[in-house]
Amino acid sequence: MKNGFWIFIAVFLALGGSWCGFVLAPELQLGGAKQTTVLNTSDVYPVGRPGEATQGSSVYRANGCAACHTEQVRQTGMTCGVTLTEAGKNPQAVTNLISSLVLINLTKEAADAASAKITAGGGKTEIHITATGPDIARGWGMRQSVAEDYLYDQPVQLGSLRAGPDLANAGARADANWQLLHLYAPKSEVKGSAMPPFRYLFEVRKIGREPSPDALKLPPEFAPPAGYEVVPRPEARELAAYLLSLRANAPLYSAPISP
Amino acid sequence: MSEMKTPDARAEIPDPMIDASLRLPLLALFGGAAFWLVVSSVLAMIASIKFHAPDFLAACPWLIYGRVQPAADDALLYGFCIPAGLGVALWLVAQLGQAPLRGAIVPVVAAKLWHLGVLVGLIGILSGNSTGFAWLEFPRAGSVILFFAYLLLALWAMMNFAARRERALHPSHWFLVAALLWFPWTYSTANLFLVAWPVRGVVQGIIGWWFANNLIFLWLALVGVGTAFYFLPKFSGRPLQSYYLALFAFWTLILFGTWCGIPPGAPLPAWMPTLSSVAATLTVVPVLAIAIIMWKTLRGPTSGCNITPAPLSSLSANEVGGEGRGEVASLSLNSNPLAPSPLPAQAGRGSRQQSQAAPPTNCEPKGGPFCFIRFGFASFVLSSLMFIAMACPRISRVTEFTWFGPAQTQLQLYGFFAMTMFGAIYHLLPRVVGVELPFPKLARLQFWLSMSGVLLFIVPLAIGGVEQGMKLNNPGIAFMDATNAMLPFLRTSTVGLLLILLGNLLFALIFFAMTFVWGKSLLKKAHAIVTAPLKNQEVKA
Ligand code: HEC
Repeated sequence: MKNGFWIFIAVFLALGGSWCGFVLAPELQLGGAKQTTVLNTSDVYPVGRPGEATQGSSVYRANGCAACHTEQVRQTGMTCGVTLTEAGKNPQAVTNLISSLVLINLTKEAADAASAKITAGGGKTEIHITATGPDIARGWGMRQSVAEDYLYDQPVQLGSLRAGPDLANAGARADANWQLLHLYAPKSEVKGSAMPPFRYLFEVRKIGREPSPDALKLPPEFAPPAGYEVVPRPEARELAAYLLSLRANAPLYSAPISP
Repeated sequence: MSEMKTPDARAEIPDPMIDASLRLPLLALFGGAAFWLVVSSVLAMIASIKFHAPDFLAACPWLIYGRVQPAADDALLYGFCIPAGLGVALWLVAQLGQAPLRGAIVPVVAAKLWHLGVLVGLIGILSGNSTGFAWLEFPRAGSVILFFAYLLLALWAMMNFAARRERALHPSHWFLVAALLWFPWTYSTANLFLVAWPVRGVVQGIIGWWFANNLIFLWLALVGVGTAFYFLPKFSGRPLQSYYLALFAFWTLILFGTWCGIPPGAPLPAWMPTLSSVAATLTVVPVLAIAIIMWKTLRGPTSGCNITPAPLSSLSANEVGGEGRGEVASLSLNSNPLAPSPLPAQAGRGSRQQSQAAPPTNCEPKGGPFCFIRFGFASFVLSSLMFIAMACPRISRVTEFTWFGPAQTQLQLYGFFAMTMFGAIYHLLPRVVGVELPFPKLARLQFWLSMSGVLLFIVPLAIGGVEQGMKLNNPGIAFMDATNAMLPFLRTSTVGLLLILLGNLLFALIFFAMTFVWGKSLLKKAHAIVTAPLKNQEVKA
C-alpha cells in the first residue's frame, strides 16, 4: 500500500461489500414485503394500527420507552402434540395404535410421523404446535417475533435492553385503564416497580361541577389532594392506545403455532 | 515497501510550522469536545440515578430516562469521540506527511459547525424529537449540520494528506484515511434510509445495526488503533512490529468487521444474523493481530536496537518539545527544533535518550500520555472480544438485552476510544499551543479517575448482566427479582460514573487552563489585537 489510492479501494471494497449485503440485499428481500395471511385462515396480517395508536407510537418514541423496553420475543424451539379428532371406522384399532405412540412433546417430524400412522389406521388427527423458550414461559408472547410483525411501524423500535419487560404483546396483557394508571404511578399497579412515573402526560386539575368521567381511579396513597382529579392528556391516551395495539401473536407461516 | 522506508526510519522532524498551522482548528475541535464530554457524563449520571430513585427528576419531560440516556450516549460519541478523533487525525496526517495545514479557517468554521450540530441534536433529543434509532437519535437538522461539518473537516484532512511531503505511507495513514472516508458513507446511508425516506418494516432495524456497527465498532477502531500505531512506537522507541502484520490487520478488520452487528436473535431471515455471527468470529483475527502488534512493539526483545539515529533524535526532540516549544513556536519559526533543551529538569529524560542508543532495556516508557494509550489499547482488545462474544448465538442467548451490552459499549467508547484520545491530546496539545501542560500531576490524576471510573462502571455491569441474563432465562425467577438483583451492580456503576465525571471535569479544566495560559501569553506578546477575540470564542466553546 504505497499510496492513498489503495486505501480508497480498500474502503470501497470493504464498506461497499457490506453495504450491498446489509443495506441493499435486505431492502430487496424485505423492503417490498406485503401483508401475509394468518396460518390456516384468510385473515391478513398485520393490519395497520388504528390512528390513535400510530400517534401513540410517536409518544413512545419521543419519551424513549425503548431505552428500557424491547419489542422482540425470542423462542428457543417448539414442541408438537398430536390429538385425535375422529376415531374413524375402527376405533378399537386406533385406540390401540394411540396407546403405543408418544403424542406429546414431539418434534415436528415425529408428530407428522405419528399423525401419518393414525391416519393410516383410519383416524383423523390435528397437530398442535407450541413455541418454547423463557420469553414465552414468562407470558411475553406466544411465539417469536418475526419480520412481518414490524411492517407498519415507523420507526421500528426493537429496543436493546430489558430493564423492563418485553412489550411485543403488551396489549394482550392489560387494558387501557391499567395502562393509564401504570403510566401515572407505576407503583400503584406493581409493588416496588422501578419504572419511572410519567406524570406529565396527565393533568391534575380542580374538579369542576362534576368529576370528569376520564379521571383516574387511583388508590389513596397516589391520589391527588381532595377536590382534584387526574385526567389523562391526549398523549397519554394515544400512548395507551399504542400499548393496547401491541399484539404479535398471530400464527404465521414463518412462526407457526396453534392458536 | 522496502526496509529503508519503514515508517519509523522516516525523518520526522517536528516542525513548529505544522503545529502552528493546526492550532486554531484543534482548539476549536477539542474545546467543544471537552465541553460535551462533561455534558455527557452529567447526563449519564442523571440517567443512572433513576435506577435507584425512579421518581428523580421524573416530572421534567426534558430529563426523563428515555431522553437523557440516549442524549448522554450521543454527547459522548458525537460530542467528544468524533471531533476529538478528527482533531487527532488532522494532527497525525499533518505530522506524518510533514505538511502544514493550509486554509485553517475552514476547519475552524467546520469544527464550530460540528459542535453547533451536536447542540441542535441534543436539544432535539431532550425535547422529544429523537428519531428513535439507536446512535442516530439526532433529528434531521442536527444530522445535516454534522454531515456537512464532517465533510469539510475530512476534505481538509484529505487535502493535507494529498499534499504530504513525506510520500511514504505510515500504517496509521491507512487507518485514519479509511476512517475519514468511512463516516460520510455510513452516516448518509443511515440518515437517508431511516430518517429522510424511511424504508419499511424491519429493514430499518437492519440498517440501524449496520450503521451502529460501522460507526461504533469500526470508525472508532480505525481512528483509535491508527492513533495508537503512531504513538506506541514513539513511547517505546521501537518500530511498529511489524509493517506487514499491520497491513494484514487493516485489511481483515475492514473486510470482516463491516459485517458484524446484527444480533443472533434478531427477528430476521436467518441468513443475516448467521452471516453477521460468522463475520464477528472472523474479526477475532484482526483483533488478535492488533494485540500482537502492540504487544511486540512494547515488549519486543531486541528489535529496538535497529532504530536509526534519525527517529531517535526526533524522539528526543519530541520528548523535550514541551518546554522549549513555547518560544520555538511563537518567537522564531526558524530556530532548530532539534536542539536539545538545556533545562536541568531534562536531565532525567536526557539520560534516558542516551540509554536508548544502547540496547533498549531502558526504553521503559513513562508519562501520562503513555498510560492513557496503553489502557486504551487493552480496552480495545477486551471490548472487541466482548463484542465478538455477544455475536455468538449461545452467549447471546444470555447476554442479549442485558446490561452486558451497555457495559461493552462504554468500554469501547470511553475505555478504549476516549482514553486513547486523552493520551493523544495530552501529547500533542502542548506542542500545538506552545504551552506546557499546566498541571502534569492533574493529568495523572485524571488517568486514575477515568480508569477506575470506567472499570467500576463496566466490570459490575458485565458481571451483573450475565447474572441478569441467566435469571431472565429462567422463567421460574420473577422478572422483578431478576431486575432487583441488578441493583447492587447498578449502584457500583453509578459510583464509576461519578469518577468518570470527575475525570472529565479535570480534562476540561486542564484543557481550558491551557488555552487560558496560551491566550495570556498571546496578550503578553502583543498579538492581542489579532487573536484575543478568538481566544474568547474558545473559552465559550
Ligand atoms: C427506566 C426504565 C423504564 C422506562 C424508561 C420505561 N419503563 Fe416501562 N417498565 C419498566 C420496569 C422496570 C417495568 C416492570 C415493573 C412494572 O411493571 O412496573 C416496566 C413495566 C412496563 C409495562 C408493564 C409490562 C407488563 O406487561 O408487565 C408497560 C406497559 C410499560 N412498562 C410501558 C412503558 C412505556 C409506555 C414507557 C415510556 C413512556 C416506559 N414503560 C418506560 C422500566 C421502564
